[in-house]
Amino acid sequence: MPPRSIKKFNRENAKMERIIQKWEKLQDTPLNLKSRLVIFISVIFLLAVFFFPLWRMQFFATFYPDGLKLYIYSYKLEGGKTAGRDDLREINTLNHYIGMKPLSQSDFAEFTYLPFVFGALGLLALRAVVLGKISTLVDLIVMYLYVGIFSILDFYNKLYTYGHNLAPDAPIKVQPFTPPLLGKKLIAQFTVYSYPDLGSIGLLLSLLTLVVALILTSKEVKTE
Amino acid sequence: MKRQLQIVLGILITFVAVAIVFHSCKPGKEAVKSEAVEAALATYVPPGDLDEFYLFYSGGHSGNIFVAGIPSMRHICTIPVFTPYPSTGYGFDAETKKMLGGYTWGDAHHPALSETNGDYDGRWLFINDNANNRIARIDLKDFKVKQILGPIPNLSGNHGSTFVTENTEYVTIATRFSVPIPKGTYVPVEEYAKKYHGIVALVEVDPKTGEMRMDEKHGFQVLMPPFNFDLGDAGKGPSHGWVFWTCYNSERATGILEITASQNDRDYIAAVNWKKAEEYLKQGKYKIINGVRVIDPKEAPGVVYLMPCAKSPHGVDVSPDGKWIVGSGKLQSITTVYNFEKMLKAIENKDFVGEEDGIPVLRYESVREAEVPVGLGPLHTQFDDKGYAYTSLFVESAIAKWKLGTWEVVDKIPIAYNIGHLCVPEGDTKHPAGKYVIALNKLSHGRHLTVGPSQPEASQLIDITGEKMKLLYDAFTEPEPHYAKAIRADKLKDKVIEVYQKGIDNKNPNAIWDEKDAKVVRKGNTVEVWMIAVRSRFQPWKIEVNQGDKVIIHLTNIEQTTDELHGFAICEYDINVVVDPGETKTIEFVANKPGVYPFYCTNFCSALHQEMQGYLLVKPKGGAGVAQK
Repeated sequence: MPPRSIKKFNRENAKMERIIQKWEKLQDTPLNLKSRLVIFISVIFLLAVFFFPLWRMQFFATFYPDGLKLYIYSYKLEGGKTAGRDDLREINTLNHYIGMKPLSQSDFAEFTYLPFVFGALGLLALRAVVLGKISTLVDLIVMYLYVGIFSILDFYNKLYTYGHNLAPDAPIKVQPFTPPLLGKKLIAQFTVYSYPDLGSIGLLLSLLTLVVALILTSKEVKTE
Repeated sequence: MKRQLQIVLGILITFVAVAIVFHSCKPGKEAVKSEAVEAALATYVPPGDLDEFYLFYSGGHSGNIFVAGIPSMRHICTIPVFTPYPSTGYGFDAETKKMLGGYTWGDAHHPALSETNGDYDGRWLFINDNANNRIARIDLKDFKVKQILGPIPNLSGNHGSTFVTENTEYVTIATRFSVPIPKGTYVPVEEYAKKYHGIVALVEVDPKTGEMRMDEKHGFQVLMPPFNFDLGDAGKGPSHGWVFWTCYNSERATGILEITASQNDRDYIAAVNWKKAEEYLKQGKYKIINGVRVIDPKEAPGVVYLMPCAKSPHGVDVSPDGKWIVGSGKLQSITTVYNFEKMLKAIENKDFVGEEDGIPVLRYESVREAEVPVGLGPLHTQFDDKGYAYTSLFVESAIAKWKLGTWEVVDKIPIAYNIGHLCVPEGDTKHPAGKYVIALNKLSHGRHLTVGPSQPEASQLIDITGEKMKLLYDAFTEPEPHYAKAIRADKLKDKVIEVYQKGIDNKNPNAIWDEKDAKVVRKGNTVEVWMIAVRSRFQPWKIEVNQGDKVIIHLTNIEQTTDELHGFAICEYDINVVVDPGETKTIEFVANKPGVYPFYCTNFCSALHQEMQGYLLVKPKGGAGVAQK
């Protein structure tokens, strides 16, 4: 190796080491007060997953001008309910014609573990408020992303499974389909809309505020 | 020659000129067109829009109630009351069959909407049966009959009914026919004048449930002279506590009544003080006849008074402020307005001109306020929100509009034809809604496409918002609306249900809500089935019984969506019930015909409605095999 290159290598190596040192220092930096406050707010946003639906689907047809409503919570499945209609019952009644399995609470393991997963996220966030270092916050954000992406994929898989496992003896034969995860789709005489509801929005805000908390402390480290 | 030509030409020109003048005097096509457009717009309710008022027509001898919307006059539905009605399965299931009590018809005349403080509260609709002496109560929550009371003891011809008191304390009754009392007794008709009796009665209404009661502890009857009682109205405001009924045949005649009962110049309006009657009841001054409390006015002074009324009166109506009692003699050309205050004073002063079986007759001149020259054959009066009264004129085929207080007739409109009752929305309450009057007409010939000799009845919608009444619309119904009541649609909007919600509106112990709970259970010779109906199947779809078994089917429509009705008919077993969303009905019959009988859904429900069917299999007595004729 020519000496110039060795020099350069050593220089680079030193640079690298400085960055790693810096990064290690950053990881161990305790969160400042502002960040801790923001994490606390994040926990409050997270509470939305326990009170509001994560997702909402609406099915419009001529006979249902107001749309049949289906709400997916972290812990239950609920249809719109008015004095004149029980939407979940109605959706199942209609679905049996194409051989779709009735939607039933007990068929979703998610409803039993999802609340605990969100609860754990909340507890870890609270831990960060008390003992927080940047690294805890990074861990937390990664977990949020993991739970979020996993849930969405799981939800898509459920939609796919329901739309593709149609009973072979169904009175009306339809091409297997996947109900929309996000947006609008025409399925037979129904226009189906699917979009996140307040629970997911709370979850997203919770995640964003965690990122804000991260920025608030790391900015301080840089300016030092 | 030239001169003659000039004369001929002159005459021709004159003719043409006269013709042109005459032609231009006739209303132009344009004018007629604009009136029609106005009327059309006034009644047009665009598709998807809703009417402003409900109209409840009595269905006369059809035994039903017809429901229409105002101003469109569209018939919306029929509520079966006294007659089995396969359209809704009424009278085919155990509960309604029992309620009908074996009768296959009734004569529904005068609907009444329940009131609170003299205004409609939108809870119940009452209707009388003139033929079989019954009263039915419809719950406006689901537009279904919940109770039929009767045949009520001692009554014969429950015509002067069901006018309710100010807070629906009572539903009222007056008998059209007099019979020997207790009902069921035989007395030769020659002794009519002395031994036959009319009855006026008040049926107690439970303020919470609406349950009607007339027995040894509830409600009462008043023994009346053998007049023919006709129509009535309960007092309101100052006259609350009184009920008024007209009567004809004060002659106490029998035979050809159109002659024998039309001899006296005046008959009566009976004024009954029910608050006074309640005092007598408390004191025990009544007799139990046929299981009900009966007050004899001879032994209970102050309960009944008679006010003379122009010849053979028909309708009597109390004004919104409760001060005026309007009685119409159908064989005269005036309607008489009585002053309630003057009536009380005349009673106080004992200003009597005679008595009928111990009931004092008040001096006409002392109680009368005015005689309004409305026109020929006045029958009924309704009131609007602006201080006007509207009286129907049967003989004249018209409605007269007149002002309360000045007693002047201000307008008249011809009616096609022969109007009986009339109805202003909420027109018999303390606060009439006004806007329209609906004429309920007896004859309709020539007003509709011909349908042969059996003619429908006509009703006409008239605008009363302006100075002049304006005819807007002709509508036709099956026979035969007598009276109708109209209520603001807003009052029912949040009260009516379209689905019997599981566990809330349907608490029937025999209801099942899951296909898995469907079952057939045999106990001796009785086979009991718990069945569900849902798009598009019955479960169980197969019922196997032995000939002679009693079959009981509890059928629940497990739908929870508005308008998803299912029918259940068994071929040749004369059974058809309809279960509404969330409703449970019980069907009972004896499987006396062997063989295989399909059952199916009669009320079109879904794309696979035709497939919604099953079999009743009846094994012939003496073992399986083919039953031979």
